[in-house]
Amino acid sequence: MQALGSPEFWVQQLINALGLGSQYALMAVGLAMVFGVMRLINFAHGTVMMASAYIGLLLLQQGVPFPFVALGAIAGAAALGVLMERIAYRPVRGAPDVVLLLNSFAVAVLLENVAILLFSPRSRPFPMPAILTQVFHPGGNLFLPSIHLWALGGALLALGGLGLFVTRTRLGLAMRAAAENPTAAQLLGIEIGKVTVLAFAIGSAMAGLAVLFWTAHVGTINPGMGFEPVLKAFVACVIGGFGTIPGAVLGGYLLGALEIALQGLLPSGVVGYRDALVYGILILILLVRPGGVLGYLEAERV
Amino acid sequence: MIAPSVRREWIWALRGFLWLLLAGAYLALERGGNAYLQRLVILFLINLMLVVSLNLFTGFTGVFSLGHIGFMALGAYASAILTLPVNLKAVNLPDLPAPLASIALPFFPALILGGLAAAIVALLIGIPVLRLSGHFVAVATLGFLVITRVVLINAEAFTRGTRTFAGVPPFTTMGWAALWALLNVYVAWRLKHSPLGLRLLAARDDPWGAKSVGVSIGRMRLIAFGISAFFTGIAGGLWAHFLTAFSPNAFYFSKTFEIIVMMIVGGMGSVTGSILGTLLVMVSTEALRNLEPGFAVGSLTVGPLYGLSQIGLAVLLMLLMTFRRQGLLGDRELRLEAIAERLERWLERRKTAIEAPRVRKADP
Repeated sequence: MQALGSPEFWVQQLINALGLGSQYALMAVGLAMVFGVMRLINFAHGTVMMASAYIGLLLLQQGVPFPFVALGAIAGAAALGVLMERIAYRPVRGAPDVVLLLNSFAVAVLLENVAILLFSPRSRPFPMPAILTQVFHPGGNLFLPSIHLWALGGALLALGGLGLFVTRTRLGLAMRAAAENPTAAQLLGIEIGKVTVLAFAIGSAMAGLAVLFWTAHVGTINPGMGFEPVLKAFVACVIGGFGTIPGAVLGGYLLGALEIALQGLLPSGVVGYRDALVYGILILILLVRPGGVLGYLEAERV
Repeated sequence: MIAPSVRREWIWALRGFLWLLLAGAYLALERGGNAYLQRLVILFLINLMLVVSLNLFTGFTGVFSLGHIGFMALGAYASAILTLPVNLKAVNLPDLPAPLASIALPFFPALILGGLAAAIVALLIGIPVLRLSGHFVAVATLGFLVITRVVLINAEAFTRGTRTFAGVPPFTTMGWAALWALLNVYVAWRLKHSPLGLRLLAARDDPWGAKSVGVSIGRMRLIAFGISAFFTGIAGGLWAHFLTAFSPNAFYFSKTFEIIVMMIVGGMGSVTGSILGTLLVMVSTEALRNLEPGFAVGSLTVGPLYGLSQIGLAVLLMLLMTFRRQGLLGDRELRLEAIAERLERWLERRKTAIEAPRVRKADP
């Protein structure tokens, strides 16, 4: 542990914040894309992560080499996202927001309990290869867990690719158009249904990637593991500005920095309340700046 | 056309019958001593309070609160801390601050204080949060639920943290639960048909229209939120003194989900619907829960199926959202007047059906 306030301390905090922020950014992007195209706060996003982790574990137990385990988990998440849209959200398209929100709760509870049924509610160890779990000591008292590097690299690649996709390709532009103004986009011949499926697929794949890092961090998986990440992804989206991809990414990194800062700076007796402070800040942002830091969306007020 | 006076007699007869039925069922349960059934009835009454209270806010205003179980937790812990015997406090909660450590209140004042604690917190968070709308209130109240949990886990001097809070005196009898549930249903019913309730429903259905005729939406919602939180807190207190031992895990997402499904099944905004919804969901989840340890069909044995009741709830909610969004009753009510009228018409028809052949026989 470094001395509080020393340069080393700040470098360590920065490393931790970037690592955690990358995970949150990847999780939040999927929520933001889905919110963009169908105004749904997809609560089941976290359970997709959980399911993807179990798919990974099953593949690992079959002796599949790790790179393919990772690919399989990501592909599984994407497939599950698409399936979820088809079964739970498409039949209620155009319904009031609350209907969609409740359906996403239902999907979350359903998946979690199917996992309990299939795998029991106990936590299971998820053996990660050493390249993901080793810790470097680059000098001084600094710790550089390789998982932070992987998370940062993975996030940069995936989010960079996503950025190119939504700015350079017709399909990506169509997705942004649909998020901006569905009616106008539809009038111009954009197939909203197709774009929605795509948003679910890409968003869930990002979550599948994020859960690999999350799991490497925690070491075990259990059916209830999706709850905390999805809440964190909400907070990230609200901080950055709900429904936009840049907002979600920025919010993810800001949330990572905030949590690490609170963790490092709060007196030890109060550190347990960290999450209460994080959600307090969430409520505060909703009140004073409901559009988030980037301020795209104005919340309706009554 | 039936004279109105006749119908009123019918209504009184039905009302009397209903009360007799309820009183009879109550006495039979009280005397019969079937512990399992008594337990279920008390849980039903407490769930009913949670659902009616949630409906009193969410159904009447259209604003989703995901934080109500936080109020339940407040009521539960507050009343339990107040009634816990002093000698147990010294053992279980050694760090409790002085005035609380040396007192043990009777049940009723402790319940009321628990309800008031929930209501005060509701007003404090409601003032800022209720100005938001739609999604944002849902997310903000969910934030409140998480905050409540974090505080319960960390405020160990008051709550024992994640460890079980045990030794709460078992004060909740069927009588207490029934009285409070009746009061809660009565208040919700009167509220719905009061000027305040009408304003809330108007604001829910057409916010701009309601505003234009001078309805102060924010204040109306805040009042409903406070009343709703008060009864939710009382329900929490009853629940605490029924189970006598609990931990923060009880007050989280799965309980929230359960009461939301109960409310949706009955119909958002319907008080009688809440009764039906709570009953229906409890009966079906209880049936599924009894299957969870595993069962046998002929020679086929089905292993343990933990999670089955929650899966049932989730599927039920999805089917409802897709095919019958308004639930059983929507925001209408089952009214004795309507039932009496139907019954009367039905009897009228039977009477003519019985008399008609007789007339025909006499004809030739």
